Amino acid sequence: MAPGSVPADLAPELAAALGLATVALLLVLLHRPLGDFMAHTFTSAKDLRVERGVYRVIGVDPKGEQTWGAYARSVLAFSVVGVLSVYAIQRLQQWLPYSLGLPAPSEHLAFNTAVSFVTNTNWQSYSPELTLGYTAQLAALAVQNFVSAAVGLAIAVALIRGFARVRTGTIGNFWVDLTRALVRLLLPLAVLSAIVLLATGVIQNFAGFQDVATIAGGAQSIPGGPVASQEAIKLLGTNGGGFFNANSAHPFENPDGISNLFQILLMLAIPFSLPRTFGTMVGDRRQGLAIAAAMGALFIASVSALSAIELQGWGTAPEAAGAAMEGKEARFGILTSAIFGSVSTLTSTGAVNSMHDSYTALGGMLPMLNMMLGEVAPGGVGSGLYGMLVLAVLAVFIGGLLVGRTPEYLGKKLGPKQITLAALTILVTPTLVLAGTALSFAIPAVRADVEATSIWNPGLHGLSEVLYAFTSAANNNGSAFAGLTANTPWFNTALGIAMLLGRFVPIVLVLALAGSLAAQHRVPATVGTLPTHRPLFVGLLVGVTILVTALTYFPVLALGPLAEGLN
Amino acid sequence: MRIHLVALRAMILATVVLGVGYTALITGVGQLVLPAQANGSLIERDGEVVGSSLIGQSFVDADGVALPEYFQSRPSAAGDGYDGGASSGSNLGPENEDLVAAIEERRAAVAERDGVDPADVPADALTASASGLDPHISPAYALLQVDRVAEARGISVERVTELVETTMQGRGLGYLGESTVNVLELNLALDELEE
Repeated sequence: MAPGSVPADLAPELAAALGLATVALLLVLLHRPLGDFMAHTFTSAKDLRVERGVYRVIGVDPKGEQTWGAYARSVLAFSVVGVLSVYAIQRLQQWLPYSLGLPAPSEHLAFNTAVSFVTNTNWQSYSPELTLGYTAQLAALAVQNFVSAAVGLAIAVALIRGFARVRTGTIGNFWVDLTRALVRLLLPLAVLSAIVLLATGVIQNFAGFQDVATIAGGAQSIPGGPVASQEAIKLLGTNGGGFFNANSAHPFENPDGISNLFQILLMLAIPFSLPRTFGTMVGDRRQGLAIAAAMGALFIASVSALSAIELQGWGTAPEAAGAAMEGKEARFGILTSAIFGSVSTLTSTGAVNSMHDSYTALGGMLPMLNMMLGEVAPGGVGSGLYGMLVLAVLAVFIGGLLVGRTPEYLGKKLGPKQITLAALTILVTPTLVLAGTALSFAIPAVRADVEATSIWNPGLHGLSEVLYAFTSAANNNGSAFAGLTANTPWFNTALGIAMLLGRFVPIVLVLALAGSLAAQHRVPATVGTLPTHRPLFVGLLVGVTILVTALTYFPVLALGPLAEGLN
Repeated sequence: MRIHLVALRAMILATVVLGVGYTALITGVGQLVLPAQANGSLIERDGEVVGSSLIGQSFVDADGVALPEYFQSRPSAAGDGYDGGASSGSNLGPENEDLVAAIEERRAAVAERDGVDPADVPADALTASASGLDPHISPAYALLQVDRVAEARGISVERVTELVETTMQGRGLGYLGESTVNVLELNLALDELEE
């Protein structure tokens, strides 16, 4: 190398493409064993000894099958207790060990955070290192990182059983699904992943803040904390709540390019393997492949679009700096940041390794669009699959209307009841997003507070910050245009409600759908049946997904990021 | 009601096993097998911890003026700059006038400090990172600072350039992330050079 020259690296585009190819290859290798293992986990007749112990302690009969109503009541009871637990631990913080001398968060913040972690959103209205001690992080938040992901898996599996079972009144047992998801899948994978993250440099200690004298004669406070353990399940469970304010941009959460690739893989591993689980459980793997193909097509399109837009760097500030590097880490650069941001919002993770608020205007719209798609490409752990299956039900129905065929999916007739449930499921989050955003500006007192206290960037970008917040909350993502000061009574309450309804209304509707499907007998496929494993159906499913989103959100996107970007 | 008791027992069990047990297990593995990483990749000089190789620092005097004998880190939005207790990006948007003004100000300041054409200042020198604790700068920004550092220290440009090149970290596995220079490690190596 000539002195004074930059080393002759690969072109950034090529390096990024190789990174994506690595992720794709690993997912191709992983999805079969992992998907089949999950199918076995949720269909096996045998309980492990440790699981039988769990059932004895919590007091359930693992052989007791539940109707959809009983299943839903169990989910809701478990989640209510979860919210109360996280709320209580936060409010008692000053008496808990390893709290770093931090006081209890306010009532509205504690409510928001409790709801946020129970709903697998992990929206953070607070700055963690200034707000929560180690005990609250591990005993409240890390626990919900595990169990909220397990709940998502349970719902997806219950819906699959709806398709797979014939003329039964039941869809499984929630407590068994929850326990198996944790014991056989999430806990072992989290232990392995945490050790890998440790090796890359993610910290794991109880040292608190350590004050050091720097070589330039200044002082610096170096944070500690049990980070690797939380980081592993944060990504594996598509949770996304950071141990630190900077989330996966913080070098102690995500030290280098290798840890970054691993984090991307963790976010995608379970969501992209679940279609295989689905195919295996319904006895036709081609059906799972079709769902995965639709997810994959949307995924590739979205990742490519955001990468290209950020690399282009349109906008006054990016052009002034020569590149869209504001809010991005040097070790990740533009493309690795854009890929992480895409993956995080195409799943329901919401972790960030770059600040979306500082993306180019059109670039910042892409994470929003990803969430507005309903997070189905591939979506959150469990929630991505059940979201996509609901869209598949609608696609079959629309396909049936177009060609005059009987709407049937996997041998189950899609009658008025099923279509109503699917349509209602799709309507929940757009209603919450648009209502929440509109109310923030329509109620005069709220608007005054939002504009004076919460909005960070003036003008059109301010609307985008509010729109992003409600999109993220209602879709249980958790990422943010983080300039928004959300720790106010209005946002903590309104976003809390959006997270609760955005999670549990669809869950109840999906379980009702599962119950109605499980109760049916199976109709044999005829020449009049739309084949749902062919490319034609994949195209139809992708089209329906985009159409549902574009029609709903286009007007408000035109007011915010589109107007800013085209200015 | 019974179902809530089941839920309560399940939540207590989950808190004990997944909260306390799991965290303790990973902490044990970290402290026993990978203590350097688990404790923050701390760097010591003369027996004193002077920072972490993963956490960026400011190299400025008490008035916030850049010390010419040290390579400078990127602008930081963490507290007053590289505050390890307050990681944060600026979150300023692409059309934010304050950000545009800050970028122009920084461009002029770097160009003057390093005696280069303002057009040659790379983007990472003009923008705040996402964490505010970015330990790295681009190789281009490091090389741009070589002349000034060499002059301030009275050593040859070649020696400083060589140091930058040996400190440079390539992409992970040759293609993951971006090539960087760790500023604290580079500055420590510079101090060592003179001793």
